[in-house]
Amino acid sequence: MMLRIKRVPTVVSNYQKDEAEDTARRSGGCGKNCLRSCCIPGAKLPLYAFKKVNNIETDKAVLETENTEPPVAFLDSLVLGEWEDRMQRGLFRYDVTACETKVIPGEYGFIAQLNEGRHLKKRPTEFRVDKVLQPFDGNKFNFTKVGQEEVLFQFEASEDGEVQFFPNAPIDVENSPSMVAINVSPIEYGHVLLIPRILECLPQRIDHESFLLALYMAAEAGNPYFRLGYNSLGAFATINHLHFQAYYLAVPFPIEKAPTKKITTLNGGVIISELLKYPVRGLVFEGGNSLQDLSNTVSDACVCLQENNIPYNVLISDCGKRIFLLPQCYAEKQALGEVSAELLDTQVNPAVWEISGHMVLKRRKDYDEASEENAWRLLAEVSLSDERFREVNALIFEAIASGEDGIENVNETFPEEPETNAQSLEDENAITQSSHHAMVAGTQECLVLQ
Amino acid sequence: MDSKLGLIQQSVNTRYSQWVRDALDELPDNFTITDPSISGHPIVFASRGFLKMSGYSQEEVIGQNGKIFQGPKTNRRTVMEIREAIREERGIQVNLLNYRKDGTPFWMLFHLSPIFGKEDGRVTHFVAVQVPISRKQRRNGGVSLSEDGSGLNEIVFGSCRKEVCSDSLLELGRVLSLDSGSKVLDIEETCEAGDFEKRRAASAYNNILSVLTHYSELTGRLVCGKRCSVPAAGYISSSLNISLGRIKQSFVLIDPHLPDMPIVYASDAFLKLTGYDRHDVLGCNFGVLDGVDTDPSTLHEIKESIQTEQACTVRILSYRKDKSSFWNCLHLSPVRNASGKITSVQIAYYVGVQIEEDCKNQDRHGLSPEMRQLSAVGAVKVAVRSLSMGASLAGSSKS
Repeated sequence: MMLRIKRVPTVVSNYQKDEAEDTARRSGGCGKNCLRSCCIPGAKLPLYAFKKVNNIETDKAVLETENTEPPVAFLDSLVLGEWEDRMQRGLFRYDVTACETKVIPGEYGFIAQLNEGRHLKKRPTEFRVDKVLQPFDGNKFNFTKVGQEEVLFQFEASEDGEVQFFPNAPIDVENSPSMVAINVSPIEYGHVLLIPRILECLPQRIDHESFLLALYMAAEAGNPYFRLGYNSLGAFATINHLHFQAYYLAVPFPIEKAPTKKITTLNGGVIISELLKYPVRGLVFEGGNSLQDLSNTVSDACVCLQENNIPYNVLISDCGKRIFLLPQCYAEKQALGEVSAELLDTQVNPAVWEISGHMVLKRRKDYDEASEENAWRLLAEVSLSDERFREVNALIFEAIASGEDGIENVNETFPEEPETNAQSLEDENAITQSSHHAMVAGTQECLVLQ
Repeated sequence: MDSKLGLIQQSVNTRYSQWVRDALDELPDNFTITDPSISGHPIVFASRGFLKMSGYSQEEVIGQNGKIFQGPKTNRRTVMEIREAIREERGIQVNLLNYRKDGTPFWMLFHLSPIFGKEDGRVTHFVAVQVPISRKQRRNGGVSLSEDGSGLNEIVFGSCRKEVCSDSLLELGRVLSLDSGSKVLDIEETCEAGDFEKRRAASAYNNILSVLTHYSELTGRLVCGKRCSVPAAGYISSSLNISLGRIKQSFVLIDPHLPDMPIVYASDAFLKLTGYDRHDVLGCNFGVLDGVDTDPSTLHEIKESIQTEQACTVRILSYRKDKSSFWNCLHLSPVRNASGKITSVQIAYYVGVQIEEDCKNQDRHGLSPEMRQLSAVGAVKVAVRSLSMGASLAGSSKS
């Protein structure tokens, strides 16, 4: 059996038309100034090259970077300025700053937005929701088809370790550039898409390198209200071309307010906790001796989920310092007819933003009646059951533990480590290692593998 | 930087007189006072106890934002809670892990309270009292440290760390058995302050407040610990001030709902560009920069774009306070609040961003002046829109 749901796909680009239309036009050639081989030669776009921090980031270095006066960071200015420019050029389908938004009274402060323009002029389309990994299909809409005017800039690691900006850089096809483009159906100011190595046409699937790129973007923007999000297939991604989303919203998200309970600290200093008192069960990743440590751990977890065909969403919050990972099953329930008509009628698609507490509502009635209870009821349907969440966690920790083994081996090749440190590190390793393995062994038998 | 230090001096002196420093220095407690209306929300006073505890000198701390004391193990959720309390102009008391200058971490009870102007209800300052958490307050108790926690906190932290470590083992054990029903003892990896710290924080705060209240009587600009009047229209809250303070471009906000559409916010760069002091321009009409040779048709163009609620870019001759003129590439844009179209007042402000034409090429960032101008507009839009969504308003009405 194949599970499918019907939904109105979000129009993220002005070049995204209904498939039939697209096919018809393609035979007639391009002329759209897109990002495919027909239009790339001679094209120029701004290029922002970020500074890669060292892998071994000492506490002191962190203190020093925090020490600098916080003017609006360069990347922050670039995103805001380029986005405002596209707004004044009229590239968006509607003015998102005219969309009514309120914080719903209550303990968590869920945010409700009335967005009547987002789903207009689009027919519902069928989406397969039971396969998290699907091959890239060049016949469907993908980001190489967007117009160059929708691209804000190219984003890459700097070669000489310093931040660099080139207002007009050629598109270096060989170098596989990553790009930041507008979402023409924004749900908040500054809504953009980060498309890693856009020309490689990667399917929606997290890999270590791409996730690190997303973390760098959050860290470089340096604004706690600029968050990145990711939806896997089966968890309300509509375009099977690897992308992250991001936008500005200067209020705390409910998920960021939820208390957490620490599960473990890994060798690299990454702390993994469990969300408490939140309708969607999930894990929180923070800390780590370096951005890379944190990124690797979360990537391990994501890769594990997608390989086990478990749909999930990721929120990168607090300038890349806190990452929320939320496996979900709403689309599956929807396809199996297990979601109430009342919830389906709202047409809310619980993707990463909704799960984080920013509810984009399409009907005035739902907006006027929005309450913490209603938000909670919807999100509770998104969450895995407690039992299933434990099973999924066991899988995740097994994956992370095997990643840790690799790290430990690397450590052993550096004997110049001071004696005392090495000793205490080993002790810690022993504890976390054995616990993980035991934990996994103890739960594996109840896993339901598809 | 000098002008900022000047602002910091003024922040204390004009409100409490210069003598307040001596009185505050008499207090034994660890605390800082910050001013949210200055760009970067800097520390404007740090007590002797605080300097001793943190290992920083006065010069290193004054003008800095409180976040310089945070480090890798500082709980991010707690940092967010503090950030939101400041934005909502309310008090908060949390356990916080901070770092000394030498990089050693220590746990303390962080007690933050806003100080309000009595006559206008504006937040003038925040007082942050920091009480080191002594070991006897924690579960595995035992040794009690001297009340002055400074210097001995490595031990405190050491024991905290051990505690955390054993907790995580316990936790893993719990996960192992998949016993989800069992009650979890401590939710956060933290050292809980006890009643002793809480009492000490409260009494320190009361002492500081009474000094500040007393000295504000000397200047006639009274302060109080509770908001006792509603800020007048045009009030820029701490939250908006902090967001706007991060924007380094020259710009002003104009409130179109007040008579004569006055300037309600002027950035530091605007003051630098025009030579005006903040109090010269706040409350003035936007036309304050116009002069004899300013083209009336350009002024008309600006008026028209305000009437039609459209953005516009013009090149206009503007005048500084000293009457010298400059070509001003002005971009003016409406800024909406989040209330939607149904209410009549969706335009909250107009933002006017100025660029001096001759300085157009001095571009150390590499972003074009036009792009920086637009980025300022974007940053203002985000700040105003988010603020009007209701969370902050709800928070401040409680206080």
